[in-house]
Amino acid sequence: MNEEMKRRIKSAKFFDRLMTGVFSGIGGFFLGLIIVLAGYIIIKGIMSYYPGIFAFDANGIGNQFFNTIYLVFLSLVISVPSGVLAGIYMAEYAGDNKLTKAIRISIESLSSLPSIVVGLFGYLVFILMTGMKWNLFAGALAVSILSLPSITTTTEDALRSLPKSYKEGSMGLGATHWTTITQVMLPACTSRIMTGVILAAGRGFGEAAALLYTAGQSTVINWSNWDLTSKTCPFNPFRPGETLALHIWVMRTEGSLNANSENIANFSAMVLVVMVLAFSLLARYLSKRQERKQTGAKA
Amino acid sequence: MNKESAVSEKAKQEGADRSKEPAFTMTAPSSVKRTRTPAKEKFLHENLGRGVVTVFGFAIIAITLLIGVFLIVRGTGTFTKYHHSVAEFLFSSDWAPNDTADEGGGQVGAAIYIVGSLLTCGLGLLIAAPFALGAAIFMTKIVKQAGDRIFRPAVEIFVGIPSVVYGWVGLTILVPFIRDVFHAPMGGYSVLAAGIVLAVMIFPTITTVAADAIASVPAVYEMGAYGLGSTRWQVIRHITVPAAKNGIFTGIILGLARAFGEALAVAMVIGKTRAFPKGILYPTNNLTAAIAADMGNSANGGEQNLALWSMALLLFLISMFFIFLIHFISAKGELKK
Repeated sequence: MNEEMKRRIKSAKFFDRLMTGVFSGIGGFFLGLIIVLAGYIIIKGIMSYYPGIFAFDANGIGNQFFNTIYLVFLSLVISVPSGVLAGIYMAEYAGDNKLTKAIRISIESLSSLPSIVVGLFGYLVFILMTGMKWNLFAGALAVSILSLPSITTTTEDALRSLPKSYKEGSMGLGATHWTTITQVMLPACTSRIMTGVILAAGRGFGEAAALLYTAGQSTVINWSNWDLTSKTCPFNPFRPGETLALHIWVMRTEGSLNANSENIANFSAMVLVVMVLAFSLLARYLSKRQERKQTGAKA
Repeated sequence: MNKESAVSEKAKQEGADRSKEPAFTMTAPSSVKRTRTPAKEKFLHENLGRGVVTVFGFAIIAITLLIGVFLIVRGTGTFTKYHHSVAEFLFSSDWAPNDTADEGGGQVGAAIYIVGSLLTCGLGLLIAAPFALGAAIFMTKIVKQAGDRIFRPAVEIFVGIPSVVYGWVGLTILVPFIRDVFHAPMGGYSVLAAGIVLAVMIFPTITTVAADAIASVPAVYEMGAYGLGSTRWQVIRHITVPAAKNGIFTGIILGLARAFGEALAVAMVIGKTRAFPKGILYPTNNLTAAIAADMGNSANGGEQNLALWSMALLLFLISMFFIFLIHFISAKGELKK
């Protein structure tokens, strides 16, 4: 019996060490994979640099870069107000009933929709049904549909996680519920909402499948044209505008047209990864700062 | 939630009651004129805002329904307008739809695409799930502090990398690697390449959700087991993982949903060959890649066009099914408690 017990303890200890080793191996592999992957993309991108890659013409990615920023900006103009307002409703006014449940299920469904399906919906509604050509605004709407659920949930969570005393204090002074929300609660969770918006923007930068048939796969811009209604004016939202992520895809499918296509794709991938890195670092910094502010701790 | 709104209702009522008390009106200076009636004030300070946010809240249902309705209207055209059977669409591998508007007469068997999607996602899940679970356990139970400081941010970055970039890396590293090492036919474009790309993409999703589930297992469960003399592995295997089972499954389903919907990354490495793969080293095609490649050049309302819409509808239904599954799992979990 004693021998048996000792044997079992020994084997249990052995397995414990073995599995710790296995898990450490997986963890290490995982961390290694991220570093190697990110490092590979960035180094390969830098090595693919050639003069003129930033140029605003067919050989550079300047136009695509501008389109990406402009499209994400347009989509945020649409999705941030609607997402924040919907989030306020969910956090403050929605009752505990079937309709609220339906909204929750809708948010969940929207956030798990394949982006190509959203892209097709956008293609049908914003392009085919309006009779317009591919344009940035349609792309921005498609991306808004994709980022709406995450902004809504972030806003709701941010409002809900505020200390109750904020609301009670304000309403105790006689403010209405709405005044309390706009004057007290929203300002208190601005940076949490900002974090969510930045993360949504980061995802918008990398979106491609939803833009395939909405924003289009071509760009013809004339930078000296400032007539907003002209098809070649950079700031006309109703012109086709291929984004950086889509550019990688196009470089691969129609790459033979451009001698530098592989370099362009490598470099674009690098720019996208660096942008995503920068955005998630910014988001982390903001949420850290918010944490410090709320707990009052000094860093 | 219920409690909160009850409290606010009460507060509002109290406020209203107090304003009716004569003591208040008496102390108010008579020189101050009220320029707005209370009803108007209430509208501006409460009901207007409340109305606007309510509209936006319900707009989310409207958008979702709209997407669903459009997909159903378009996606069922294959069966209503061109009179193909659902069985043909799902189980036949004869894909030769007519691309002229309103003519029809072709074949719309999408079985190759469906099998392609199932195979690549299944393979991706098979590779990703054990690793993701291991990584989740590692970062929550073995190196907790480093897990929070290093691993979670790293996972976040992993999630944020655009899918096209994954596809591009797969195309430039993975495809040549499979070609040279496994001597794959078709130059490395294969189910294996797609499976690995998907595995790398869904790995962080599963890890995050599983790690959250594992971290939320009450510490007393584990302490009890440790107190009885269990080793850490025994606690993880017999207490932590079974207790976090529902969350882990949710993570796996979310990962699977992401894999099913991924289009361009898979399209870059799958080879886009319209044939059942003879093995994992052979190329094939899948639902999303076919839609991405062919939708743009198909005549609007034609047989091919509508068949592609049916495929999109199928993707939509699959993602709805996954959500249903997640709800089912969490409802079962609630029931147990």
